[in-house]
Amino acid sequence: MPADAVPPDALRFSGISKIFGGVKAVDDVSFTVGAGEVHCLAGENGCGKSTLIKIITGVYQPEPGAGMEIFGQAYAQISPTQARRAGIAVIWQDLALFAEMTVAENIAFETMLGNRPRAVSYARLHQVAAAALARLDVEIDLDARLGSLPIAQRQIVAIARALVSDARLIFMDEPTASLTQSETDALLAVVRTLSARGVAVVFVSHRLAEVLEISSRVTVLRDGKLVGVFPTDGLTQSRLTELMTGTVIAHDVMARDTGDNPEVLRIEGLTRAGEFEDISLSLRAGEVLGLTGLIGAGRTELCHTLFGMTRPDRGRIVLNGQDLQLRSNRDAVAAGIAYVSEDRLALGLIQPQSIADNTVLSVLRQITGAGGLLSSRKKDATVSHWISELAVKIGTPADAVSTLSGGNQQRVVLAKWLATRPKVLLLDCPTVGVDVGARAGIFRIVRALAEKGLAILLVSDEVPEVFLNADRVLHMAGGRIAHEWDPRQTGLPEMEAAVYA
Amino acid sequence: MHSFLRAYPTEAKLLAVLILICIGLSIASPDFLTLVNFTSLLNNNAVNVIWAVGLLVVLIAGGIDISFAVAASVVQYLCVYAFAAIGGGNWAIGFLFAGGFGLALGLINAFLIHQFRIISIVVTISTFNAFFGLLMFFSSGRFLYNLPSWWSGRVILWEYQTASGTWAELILPVLVMAVCMAATWVLIRRTTTGRQLYAFGDNPEGARRAGISIGLMQAIAFGWCGMMAGIAGLMQAHITKEVVPNALIGRELEVLAAVVLGGARLGGGRGSVLGCFLGVLLVAVTQNGLNLLGVSPYAFKMVVGVIILLAISTSNLDPARLFVPRKGRKA
Repeated sequence: MPADAVPPDALRFSGISKIFGGVKAVDDVSFTVGAGEVHCLAGENGCGKSTLIKIITGVYQPEPGAGMEIFGQAYAQISPTQARRAGIAVIWQDLALFAEMTVAENIAFETMLGNRPRAVSYARLHQVAAAALARLDVEIDLDARLGSLPIAQRQIVAIARALVSDARLIFMDEPTASLTQSETDALLAVVRTLSARGVAVVFVSHRLAEVLEISSRVTVLRDGKLVGVFPTDGLTQSRLTELMTGTVIAHDVMARDTGDNPEVLRIEGLTRAGEFEDISLSLRAGEVLGLTGLIGAGRTELCHTLFGMTRPDRGRIVLNGQDLQLRSNRDAVAAGIAYVSEDRLALGLIQPQSIADNTVLSVLRQITGAGGLLSSRKKDATVSHWISELAVKIGTPADAVSTLSGGNQQRVVLAKWLATRPKVLLLDCPTVGVDVGARAGIFRIVRALAEKGLAILLVSDEVPEVFLNADRVLHMAGGRIAHEWDPRQTGLPEMEAAVYA
Repeated sequence: MHSFLRAYPTEAKLLAVLILICIGLSIASPDFLTLVNFTSLLNNNAVNVIWAVGLLVVLIAGGIDISFAVAASVVQYLCVYAFAAIGGGNWAIGFLFAGGFGLALGLINAFLIHQFRIISIVVTISTFNAFFGLLMFFSSGRFLYNLPSWWSGRVILWEYQTASGTWAELILPVLVMAVCMAATWVLIRRTTTGRQLYAFGDNPEGARRAGISIGLMQAIAFGWCGMMAGIAGLMQAHITKEVVPNALIGRELEVLAAVVLGGARLGGGRGSVLGCFLGVLLVAVTQNGLNLLGVSPYAFKMVVGVIILLAISTSNLDPARLFVPRKGRKA
């Protein structure tokens, strides 16, 4: 083969299986990534994606019979060190960076490992870090403390760090999960730059629009098996969803007319300086009101005020005809407002505690018996009621919440708030980090709750979500309500164009 | 100057407060801004600073150590018997033994923490009690006065007779303090090991994934703290010319407070030698000032407590945040 021939594929893995306790987590999967290719690995949670990544990076050993080739070199076994040396880097969702250290130190951390030299050269750190950022065509202040940067820039720092260690194949695990649209665009630009410079990228994301935009091919896994490898040209989001879940998910607009229902919540001219401005809206019983807009548009801030966590400067909040003066979120809960926060993992659940304890957390006062002590009989009754009502898949209620999948955790959060018997439910980005199949389940619950008369404010930064699931859609931009749409009259492209403008 | 302010905001704030207090005290008391007072401040606080830089390394690595002051007492006793056994010794042997015994005690902490995966506060509270119990048991609470003469003899590095006839002097512990500060600075700022300590304290999981040896980090952090504790013990006995088993117990919290005051973060990844020094000095100057102003010594601890509380609560408060509304953030 002549020297200037096509470079070998970055990765050629075939016949990969992994058995955990008799269960095939990965079953005879082949995975090939071309040099410099942007490739997407798609599949629902538990489909074997992470297991596959861990096999490729040497964390797990595959069952015998696997063929493993990295940049043209065959391996019988791969250790994490070998994978790193071969040029494979993984950027985990938690980034594994050092918040108290500077950007330069984070990027050039590799140079501080090993035994020689023992003395730190800050000049060399800067040089190495600047070179890595230059390869990405990005400028970040090298002396800034990492913790002071927004997540999007930390992501870039993590990528630059991978480049410093000569990565030629970078795995990105849900890199855009917490980025705004413009930050996502910037990240995708960096990925394109990497690809143009011959670095292959494997992208794992739940956001299908991105997957289709950035990658040239997508490998789909389901239940540990390979569904197939598809070029992204001509692939649609709904087709990809079908491939991932194996079922056809209804993509119908669910909007209904709720104009005759009694009004539950009315907001008039609500303003909080620097956050949102002159917001007026009305929410009826049984209505699902969608609220979309970019991150920073003031959606979450509005929710915080409606939930009594911040005080408005001006304006009225009227619930069932009565003016509300919310001094704290306890007032809001007492008035019948429930809030499912966007950051489920950090704010919505107490991870190490049991499913049961999390479920009753918001209603501790209602489950007390004689002498104000907790009644375990009332607690068990409440827990089992909501577990079955929301069809949460659990082992036993005593298991820690952290053992549940994203979709089931979200249901526990819902259960916690529904137990307070709210009249208004504020749902802030309920599907962040939840995979496609489970999302449909969550929206089925939302729909069922609305049918029972609950008024729901559904906040999401994914326009299709509100388009499909809300009865009416409000678009917030720069702290104000910019548009009101009826999904039965306005198409998705028009909404997306307005939101992402 | 600008880059100093940016890289060391806590230290800069502390320095400003310290200067303000010094200005205030020099106006309020004629005895404050004198060479004699200044040198005695240094002499009296050298031991605390040595402990502080040792503890700093543990805090940077994300741990905490409660046992170091009691460990220093243990080292003092071991040294007295060891020197007697080898027939006297000298300063070189003294530092070697005190540092070595201290290191060994620190490594016991590191071993327990790493091997059994127990959090450091629990381990060091246990060793604090174990060390102290063993010390009281074997010493029966006896004081030791029979220190070798090289140890108890006062070593004056520099002296100067002021116009009023009083002597200003700097003693050996101040030099030892300076060396310990310099050594700690080199360790944490100029060596890759030191930067790994910061990284480990900042994000242990990230450090582990980057290939840093966790056990080694714990050993270096607690070993260094123990070694500094041993050296501080040697210096403290040099100053007091006696070894008293319960003389140092309780000092650990005073030092811990000063180190945290100096900007080290409980939880790891942040802290500096300069901050430690300023933290110890701020507490010392305040006590010194109250003393000169004739305030009852019983009020000292209360005032010091309030200062530490104020300093720490304001250092967590970002002035910029007070005026700008918080933006919605995602994790």
